[in-house]
Amino acid sequence: MLILTCPYCGVQAEESELHPGGEAHLKRIGPDGNDDDFEAYLFARKNPKGVHFERWRHAYGCGKWFLAARDTATLQVYGTYRAQTTQPPQEIIDKIRKSRPDWQPDWSPEKVWSSEKGSAQ
Amino acid sequence: MAIASAPRSGRYSVFAIAREALRQHQGWHRAWQNPQPRDRYQVVIVGAGGHGLATAYYLGKNFGITDVAVIEKGWLGGGNTGRNTTIIRSNYLQDPSAAIYNKALQLYENLSQELNYNVMFSPRGVIMLAQTEHEVRGYKRTAYANHLQGVATEWIEPARVRELVPIINLEGPRYPVLGGLYQARGGTARHDAVAWGYARACSDMGMHIIQNCEVQGVETEGGQVRAVNTSKGRIGCDKLAMVVAGHSSQLAEMAGFRLPIESVALQALVSEPIKPCMDVVVMANTVHGYLSQSDKGEMVIGGGTDGFNNFTQRGSWHHVEETVRALVETFPMISRLKMLRQWGGIVDMTGDRSPILSATPVGGVFVNCGWGTGGFKSIPGSGWAMAELVANGTPGPLAAQFGLNRFREGRFIDESVAAGVAH
Repeated sequence: MLILTCPYCGVQAEESELHPGGEAHLKRIGPDGNDDDFEAYLFARKNPKGVHFERWRHAYGCGKWFLAARDTATLQVYGTYRAQTTQPPQEIIDKIRKSRPDWQPDWSPEKVWSSEKGSAQ
Repeated sequence: MAIASAPRSGRYSVFAIAREALRQHQGWHRAWQNPQPRDRYQVVIVGAGGHGLATAYYLGKNFGITDVAVIEKGWLGGGNTGRNTTIIRSNYLQDPSAAIYNKALQLYENLSQELNYNVMFSPRGVIMLAQTEHEVRGYKRTAYANHLQGVATEWIEPARVRELVPIINLEGPRYPVLGGLYQARGGTARHDAVAWGYARACSDMGMHIIQNCEVQGVETEGGQVRAVNTSKGRIGCDKLAMVVAGHSSQLAEMAGFRLPIESVALQALVSEPIKPCMDVVVMANTVHGYLSQSDKGEMVIGGGTDGFNNFTQRGSWHHVEETVRALVETFPMISRLKMLRQWGGIVDMTGDRSPILSATPVGGVFVNCGWGTGGFKSIPGSGWAMAELVANGTPGPLAAQFGLNRFREGRFIDESVAAGVAH
């Protein structure tokens, strides 16, 4: 069973105590966004086979949303962190690099949210 | 079958069995060839599971396109085609779903004859149990929708459920059986045989099925697909069909676009074989469990999906526990069974729980994905519609509503309300 440590209350919570919330660090597209951006925000997902940042809620605990860095191919957990951040903290990145030296972050705003990358016909 | 030349694998018949019996079975040929890839094909299909092979088959049969390679990173039918619970039904709520799943069901009914390969289609009936008031209303609504769609289903009361499933416990108390949505023409088929039968028919048409050939990149030029780079070298193509279920996002990324897909593990388990005790398929969607008995006598139990992205074909123990704990109340006799095997497959989930059959931002690239937890039942219909899309470049009536543009346009084919988790 997947076990994640809640960064707020410190409990080592089993999967059945948590509620999954999908991809983390999605940036809401405001009134100045175009249709491509809004579609990408709503639907297009990275769904990586490897390092994934995702939202979890400690549903049967403190009830708070937190974020986790996890590997979808190996189920390794790199760490959890508080949700009030737009990017994973450096210590999480260091932990990922330790296991996967070749891994590259992809959250420069241009790349993640460019419309030609995120749009689908 | 509309195959011009004599099939290379030889025709299977009672006479062939008698002939071979007299010559010590020396005359059986390979069911499909094992060729090395050529430099180029008109159509390359990625994924030699049921959907990919069915797409190839109907490209040849309905459109005369046989310059086709089906490439597969593992072995034929070794992905979700070999990992499902083999349930076939078409009792969907929305019209586009009912149309494509019912087409699949109709094709399944004659598939053994069509392919000259016994896919062991068994129209034993499928019951979806209503165990809450909410489900009662939902399934009655689906039954009415099915009447309008021309799909033969009916709402049945608990007494009729008991008649069809003598081993069931109707009383609950936690999960009482309040009735069910019954499709008498639904059932099961032998999953491997579906892949094998299509593979044999494709190979007989001269198509290449290339196993152990992993796609490593998609080559495009001016927004048009040119080739796929694989572990067996570069393979040129005019058209590329991606039919890879759980790894659709990875292939799309190679071609430079993203999909509204998330991959999660879905799992199933089977018991030790026992004497025949249940001759229908029963699905209990409230508890995320479904049950049928295989021809070998095993009770086949399908469970729920993981809630998080996952590419390991394993599943989680607590889901097994949840599923079995709930099913034991409805089927008390299974409490005495030992479970033999448990496995998982990676399913590609869309937000509206409906598939994607679509052209893509890259010219000549088509996707067939997003079947989520309901792929096996749709194989012939999916292949039929996908072949039409690939051959013409535009979708036919079956695939028309399943394009990627439905997300942009807010035109969802929402089956998540109707089907819950278990498809």
